[in-house]
Amino acid sequence: MRLAGRDLVAIEDLDRPVIEELLDSARSLIPAAEGTAAPRTLEGKLVAMAFLEPSTRTRLSFEAAVQRLGGRCVTIADPAATSIRKGETLSDTIRMISSYSDALVLRHPNSGAARLAADLSDRPVINAGDGSHQHPTQTLTDLAAIREAHGTLSGLRIVVLGDLKYGRAVHSLIWALALFGNEIVLTSPPSLRLPESARHRLRALGARVQEEPELSRALAGADILYVTRIQRERFPDETEYRKVAGSYRIDRTTLDAVGPGLRVLHPLPRLGEIAPEVDRTPHALYFRQAFLGVPVRMALLQAILGEGG
Amino acid sequence: MESGPARELKITPIRNGTVIDHIPEGLALEVLRIVGGGRLGRDSTVSIALHVRSAKQEWKDILKVENVEISDRAANAIALLAPSATISIIREYTVREKHPVSLPDRIDGILRCPNLECITNQAEPVESSFEVIHQRPIRLRCRYCDELVTNFLPQLP
Repeated sequence: MRLAGRDLVAIEDLDRPVIEELLDSARSLIPAAEGTAAPRTLEGKLVAMAFLEPSTRTRLSFEAAVQRLGGRCVTIADPAATSIRKGETLSDTIRMISSYSDALVLRHPNSGAARLAADLSDRPVINAGDGSHQHPTQTLTDLAAIREAHGTLSGLRIVVLGDLKYGRAVHSLIWALALFGNEIVLTSPPSLRLPESARHRLRALGARVQEEPELSRALAGADILYVTRIQRERFPDETEYRKVAGSYRIDRTTLDAVGPGLRVLHPLPRLGEIAPEVDRTPHALYFRQAFLGVPVRMALLQAILGEGG
Repeated sequence: MESGPARELKITPIRNGTVIDHIPEGLALEVLRIVGGGRLGRDSTVSIALHVRSAKQEWKDILKVENVEISDRAANAIALLAPSATISIIREYTVREKHPVSLPDRIDGILRCPNLECITNQAEPVESSFEVIHQRPIRLRCRYCDELVTNFLPQLP
């Protein structure tokens, strides 16, 4: 695949054919992700996980992906236990880690950290979320879930609900949805609307995007409802967060009026945005989505690092 | 009153340095910020002429900085504010180079990213970097965090 040795900083680094190849590869790796097959395509490879901001799913799914393919990891799971705590710069940390490993997976609280790391590292860098900027491997996971549920990645009506301002998963996702020719409906509290920089990128793609503050109207005819958490940690102050906290919630009543084919996605963790009662409905797809993070990341690592890459 | 000799008195020639002419009226101080403003030393006498009558355009500003030949990157960044400006490098009272400013594909190290959370605004040894994504009107995008910049003045040092 054309990804061999390359970085993945932003979703724009991937074009449609590459995304489709990755998703095909991820589908074929599902048995390996479940542990019923054991390919060794990352045998002898060491992948560094630098998680300089908290993570559960992304870090564990990356580690699982590496190990399911026979590779090994070295991990920073808690920046408080590293020299970053002593004031070491990210730049120095990256140079050091990249010399210890074959690839680097980075999560960082500041936007643009992944680009900086990619500029400095001799080894491929994979962005596992940088501030409110992007989270491209979450998008690949989201696309895998959408394709598995609907059999296609195009021509769908997709409602994106929640924190569109600070949500990095959203910033990557909407670009990919537009790239594949979907109808995107944005629903958010007024103070959490999509930033102009993201709108500008969508316009450049000629995307079909509308804003619909009323969720019931947005959901009419929708195929996917993508719910996000309000990113409390990115708000400049707590008062602003409190103004919007709890401003939307999906429960059985919300879903009474929707079509049977509607599937609900969420990058997780959730706070109160989706009531637990939704978990037992056929609409809930978020736990399957979380699982698909493993085969998707296996496919990506294999494409960047593996023998067949 | 606006004939040659009168103008000479207002703006004397410099021996060595940079002359930035045809700055749109009122923008000389902002151009000075791009050139280096407060970071210039005492050797660099700065002369600013505001509201100068011009044949090419009705009114203009002129900026002269002695003993400094401005860098290409600063010259290029001037195009953000003053696309009509010309830059002359003076050595021993003679114009050694004269060229109009031209907007490059990238503006490195001049502007701050307006996104305070951008990695270029943290304590990292990295300078800002913007791609010029649109010429008229000029739009820049941060190469690190994708922030869009359309208003440059607040982002000058």
